[in-house]
Amino acid sequence: MHIQLKEIHKFYGPVHANQGIDLTVDSGTIHGILGENGAGKSTLMKILAGYIQKSSGEILLDGQAVEFRNPAMASRMGIGMLYQDPLDFPPLTVLENFMLGQVQGTRLSQAGWGAKLQELAQHFDFQLDPHAPLATLTVGERQQLELLRLLSLGARLLILDEPTTGISPVQKQVLFHALKKLAREGKTVLVVSHKIEDVEALCDRVTILRQGRVTGEMDAPFDSETILAHMFGTPPVAPPKCAKEAGGEVLAFRQVSAQGGRAGLKDCTVSFQRGQVVGLAGLEGSGQGVFLRLAAGLQRPLKGAVFLDGRDMRGADHHEFKRRGVTFLPTARLEEGLIPGLSITEHFALAACRQTFLVPWLDALKEARTRVERFKIRGTPETSVEGLSGGNQQRLLLSLIPPSPKVLLLEQPTRGLDVESAHWMWQHLLGLCDQGTTILFSSAELDEILMVADRVLVFFNGRIVLDVTAAQADPERIGAAIAGRAPDSE
Amino acid sequence: MMELSFQVLMAGVLAGAAPLILATMGETLTEKAGVINLSLDGTILLSAMTAFVVAYESHSLILAFLAAGLVGVMVAAVVAGAGIYLGQSQVAVGFVLTLMCRDLAYFLGNPYSRLQGPQVGLTPLPFLKDIPGLGPVLFQQSWITYASVALIAATWAFIYRTRWGLELRAVGEHPHAAYARGINARRVQLTYALVGGFLVGLAGAAFSLCTKPGWGRPQGAEGMGWIALAIVIFGGWEPVKVALGTYLFALLQILGISLQGVLPSVPTQVFQVAPFPLMIFTLVFMHLSQRPGAERWAAGRPWLLRLMRLLRGTAPRALGQPYRQE
Repeated sequence: MHIQLKEIHKFYGPVHANQGIDLTVDSGTIHGILGENGAGKSTLMKILAGYIQKSSGEILLDGQAVEFRNPAMASRMGIGMLYQDPLDFPPLTVLENFMLGQVQGTRLSQAGWGAKLQELAQHFDFQLDPHAPLATLTVGERQQLELLRLLSLGARLLILDEPTTGISPVQKQVLFHALKKLAREGKTVLVVSHKIEDVEALCDRVTILRQGRVTGEMDAPFDSETILAHMFGTPPVAPPKCAKEAGGEVLAFRQVSAQGGRAGLKDCTVSFQRGQVVGLAGLEGSGQGVFLRLAAGLQRPLKGAVFLDGRDMRGADHHEFKRRGVTFLPTARLEEGLIPGLSITEHFALAACRQTFLVPWLDALKEARTRVERFKIRGTPETSVEGLSGGNQQRLLLSLIPPSPKVLLLEQPTRGLDVESAHWMWQHLLGLCDQGTTILFSSAELDEILMVADRVLVFFNGRIVLDVTAAQADPERIGAAIAGRAPDSE
Repeated sequence: MMELSFQVLMAGVLAGAAPLILATMGETLTEKAGVINLSLDGTILLSAMTAFVVAYESHSLILAFLAAGLVGVMVAAVVAGAGIYLGQSQVAVGFVLTLMCRDLAYFLGNPYSRLQGPQVGLTPLPFLKDIPGLGPVLFQQSWITYASVALIAATWAFIYRTRWGLELRAVGEHPHAAYARGINARRVQLTYALVGGFLVGLAGAAFSLCTKPGWGRPQGAEGMGWIALAIVIFGGWEPVKVALGTYLFALLQILGISLQGVLPSVPTQVFQVAPFPLMIFTLVFMHLSQRPGAERWAAGRPWLLRLMRLLRGTAPRALGQPYRQE
């Protein structure tokens, strides 16, 4: 399918998200849409999928002008979109999710649809159990299911919004393989991403957006420097590593077992020194999340104990951990970290100010003003937090960290952030580590871990299978450990 | 002798629970679609009054049931319309409607208080009623009771075996995702709110024309709407579990009445009120079994663990939060 977008504008109230975008996508190609957060990529794609309506402009499919008032219309024209936040139904089974929206008639013939699902899955080497509840699947598997569903609906144009966020390297390979196969079969694929390496590995052509406008277009092979320049104006610099020598032991796990995630945590013994930056690698749900929550006192071990400064923390709750200098930043920023509906000032009034009967508004406002400026948060003290973009929410969370924490636990801190925001964040965090803070962070990006960490732990199936210093860490060995191919045991 | 009284008891449970089954099945459908209709208690009284008055004036039971269903639909339309299309809080609207409908029923129904009106009689099914043991329990009932039992199966089959049921669950879980798949989320929510309202209206008619015949102040169905709401929640929004909860409540009520004869020294009010706190304790117990601590405790007892898993239920994720287009 040949797609042409002409002069697309989209206004969200006063925000001009798409400012006259022109885009042409050729049939049978994989076309990348690249840009930092808030560049207007998702908006443009949702317009093309009929999920939101454009303010003005024209959409031509194979030369014919079309007007989509809802996703059903776009779907009938052969357009299918995989949304960034999966639009599926976790309590239903895989098969029910597959059938929803494409079954006609009254009765559900589970057998027929199950066979169809299996056949499609085999075509792409996907492993899906039709009767498993969707909630037990990983993000990558849910994505595979969505892909199959769209194909079964007869999609000729597939739009994928940030498809590599939250999936494992292996799943990424499987996905890319499937997408290339689809393009060979004549389907058109549009991939939205803020990761240059994804686009380089996958796309025939790329369009770069910045602040709602097209800033560049180029064909493969791509030049990363040029792409970065189009994305950011000036390319960002990687932050320097923390040079501090490690000090005494701060945090220790002794034979800790716990439930949670997909694998739980099994018999984990490990200790961390003052000033260390430790990267926790592994597939999503391999135990990193449980590990961080145990270290934060949000979850209690079934067996074993967590020690903080040599003190046995059995029976202590999260507040006790917090008093002793442990701070936890969860990955779900708006759900677990911030309070939607409250303004920036109100967050400071809750977190940073004195405990008095009357709220010290003036102090809170002053505090908010200085932090907004120091942390370069794009917003005013009166802005409510859900009005901030992902990157700015993360900056606000960072600004809420109490001064010089002892242990800082970060769960996928740069998830959904663009390169510039991520670098800015790490510069700030490594500054803290110079003052002796121990930082433990999980990340799905191996590059990020190798860039900032001076020690790497790899989790597989609830166990730590590799524990090396940054000097010994080479990507291949870590990659093998993440995939569960245990390296030469130490 | 013992066997006979057991039969009477079971037959009583089936018959006594029939109106409540209509109401809980209706509310299950409504809540599965993500709409919470809190006006049940008022709706039941208003439709009970309507049914009695229509039956009294027209001598037509069918007309009376239809009128009661219509009242249920109208009240549900106010809740759903305000919630889905005007973005108002379904809880607030529903609560106010509960109080309003109750007072309206007492006011409008006052001239018909304590009159003798038509009733739904028993319809023993030929041949089936003669089955020893089961026959008198199952097949010497009113047609409302037969309908209530059939409704449980129908509701379950509809929700889990038809395409519409699948779409209904999808909308209750994630209306935006449903919209992206070409399902008109608002229309689905409105439809099942109205269907649920209709069944609640029928429940009211079943009270005033069969279970607690007649109209008065109090009618006798007061509080049933709230109990129905509670049963739906702790039944985990699963029609079969909700039905079991309803029968449990009916059993407690009948036991209360029977025990009154056995223990004459205890004030009668105790037995009248006892089913309500007992029901709450039962529900709390079921809910406690969902805690991780209870799960660990039951880990060594497989049958107990299975029972606890069976009792578990999760709310439709979008319950009470109507679909808003982006």
